[in-house]
Amino acid sequence: MQNIPKEKFTIVGIDQGAEVIARPHVSYMKDVWRRFRKNKLAIVALIMLILLSFFVIFGPSISGYAFEEVDPGARNASPSAEHWFGTDSLGRDLFARVWQGGRVSLIIGFLGAIVSAVVGCLYGGISAYFGGRVDTIMMRILEIVISIPYLIIVILFSIVLQSKGLFTLILAMTITGWCGTARLVRGQMLQLKSQEYVLAAQALGVSPLRIIVRHMIPNTLSVIIVNITFAIPNYIFSEAFLSYIGLGVQSPNTSWGALASSAQAQFMFYPFQLFFPAIMIAVTMLAFTMMGDGLRDALDPRLRK
Amino acid sequence: MTRYVIKRVFYMLLTLAIVATLTFFMMHSIPGDPLGGMARELPEQTKANYYAKYGLDKPLTEQYLMYMKNLVRGDLGESLLYPGRSVTDTILSTSPVSGLAGGIALIIGLIIGIAMGILAALYKNKWPDYIVMVVAIIGITVPVFVMASLMQYFFSVKLKWLPSSGWGEPKHLIMPVIVLSFSTIATYARYIKSSMLDVLDQDYVLTARAKGLSEKMIVWRHVLRNSLLPAVTILSSRIVGIFTGSFIVEKMFSIPGIGFYYISSINNNDYSMTLGTTVFYAGLFVVMQLVVDFVYMLVDPRIRISDAD
Repeated sequence: MQNIPKEKFTIVGIDQGAEVIARPHVSYMKDVWRRFRKNKLAIVALIMLILLSFFVIFGPSISGYAFEEVDPGARNASPSAEHWFGTDSLGRDLFARVWQGGRVSLIIGFLGAIVSAVVGCLYGGISAYFGGRVDTIMMRILEIVISIPYLIIVILFSIVLQSKGLFTLILAMTITGWCGTARLVRGQMLQLKSQEYVLAAQALGVSPLRIIVRHMIPNTLSVIIVNITFAIPNYIFSEAFLSYIGLGVQSPNTSWGALASSAQAQFMFYPFQLFFPAIMIAVTMLAFTMMGDGLRDALDPRLRK
Repeated sequence: MTRYVIKRVFYMLLTLAIVATLTFFMMHSIPGDPLGGMARELPEQTKANYYAKYGLDKPLTEQYLMYMKNLVRGDLGESLLYPGRSVTDTILSTSPVSGLAGGIALIIGLIIGIAMGILAALYKNKWPDYIVMVVAIIGITVPVFVMASLMQYFFSVKLKWLPSSGWGEPKHLIMPVIVLSFSTIATYARYIKSSMLDVLDQDYVLTARAKGLSEKMIVWRHVLRNSLLPAVTILSSRIVGIFTGSFIVEKMFSIPGIGFYYISSINNNDYSMTLGTTVFYAGLFVVMQLVVDFVYMLVDPRIRISDAD
């Protein structure tokens, strides 16, 4: 058999074009975008977030007032042409302050979510990859950490770290925030490892690296992205809570939570001061929740039609 | 089964010990005098007496052992700010208040939330579903303190129907309970809806339909029972939420509950109070998780089988 050269063979009676894929190739991301676009709520959320980011980036410099600038002549002023969102008890322009606060809140949201996603991925990935005793020990540790109420541990760390700055605050909030992600990533990895297509890939002799790159990472990534989208508003919410009880961002810097907290003290007299930061928190929460829902549907390849 | 219970109880105790240890050393690593601002004005001798009284003059390890020994006996120490006020007593006297407000809110929230979830699932993509989802979204997106402020503004200041804060009479309970139950309603409405929709897709529901059972019978006998099961799992966090989730609400409505004292202990640097309450919260959470897991195991036969080994 080995003596017969390849040229001696000819293919008889088979259409060589039969195996060619006729449809245009659609990449994963294109496919995701196509599905995401169909979800009207998610698109509205995306537009809302783009608008919010625009104002958060450029807002503090639009009104012409610095966010920490005190104007004793215009204390607790109502919204007007002069001060679009009014002023606070020290006469600081609320338009500038709301967007400056938005910067801080969104930075906390994004950084918190990303830090906890990275730590969670590493922890969950290592645990799932090594398996066996390492997995058992790592999961026991996780169970213990997870069984401490989240807010309690954040409060505790905020007190101990004397968190007055942004980064100690994020540290306090992410110190156990990664646990959920770690569990999720581990579960997803273990599930993927036992999937038939991974078995098929192994049987076809695909290298482990290629399996990780082609199958494991893209399939876990979708879960992580959705997780991040839902984590961002949670961090913003937690920060608002911490600021409210006086453990969050300190004056003159501000956040939506801190703004709402200081406005709440004089809500009976100047309700508009609470209105703007509260609306911003609600809109952000809503936008991220709707976008998370949309992304979850769009990123899940099982929903492909 | 017995082995599983023993294992779980062991881990619970381990978790509690770790939490107590961590909290102790964290509290003692805070820079500054444990007696706070009070210490500066005191003469040296008085200060030394205070240190001796609270055991602060002993080495840290000895303090730790003392603390753990007292903890086992249920003694959480004494408030630094208000000498003579025991932390355990404060927790015991304030937690019923939180428990009452939170408990009523939880029960109301559960009933309304579950009912709304069922409605939303049965009338999917019709108007009841939309109303429920709007309520759920409001419950999730609007911060508690905003909702509380709005209610105080409209019902107390504008309409003068209800007192804006206070404690003691049933009318003081109305607003805090509504505010507290909102998040439970929102969480459960969403949760029950999705679990109902899952169950409605199951083969045994199809079988029941094929047998010709009435829709009412299918919903009551097959769908509802099975879709309520997963709802038990999030109950533990909700029960603890009675105590932890109500910090802000208790502060805003001046309810003398445990959350109110916890927040003021943080603001006043009353470390022993914060320490004690933290350990209490953690203990409550761990015990609740255990209880809920056991209840879940009892009601769902599938879990009993898979965890039996």
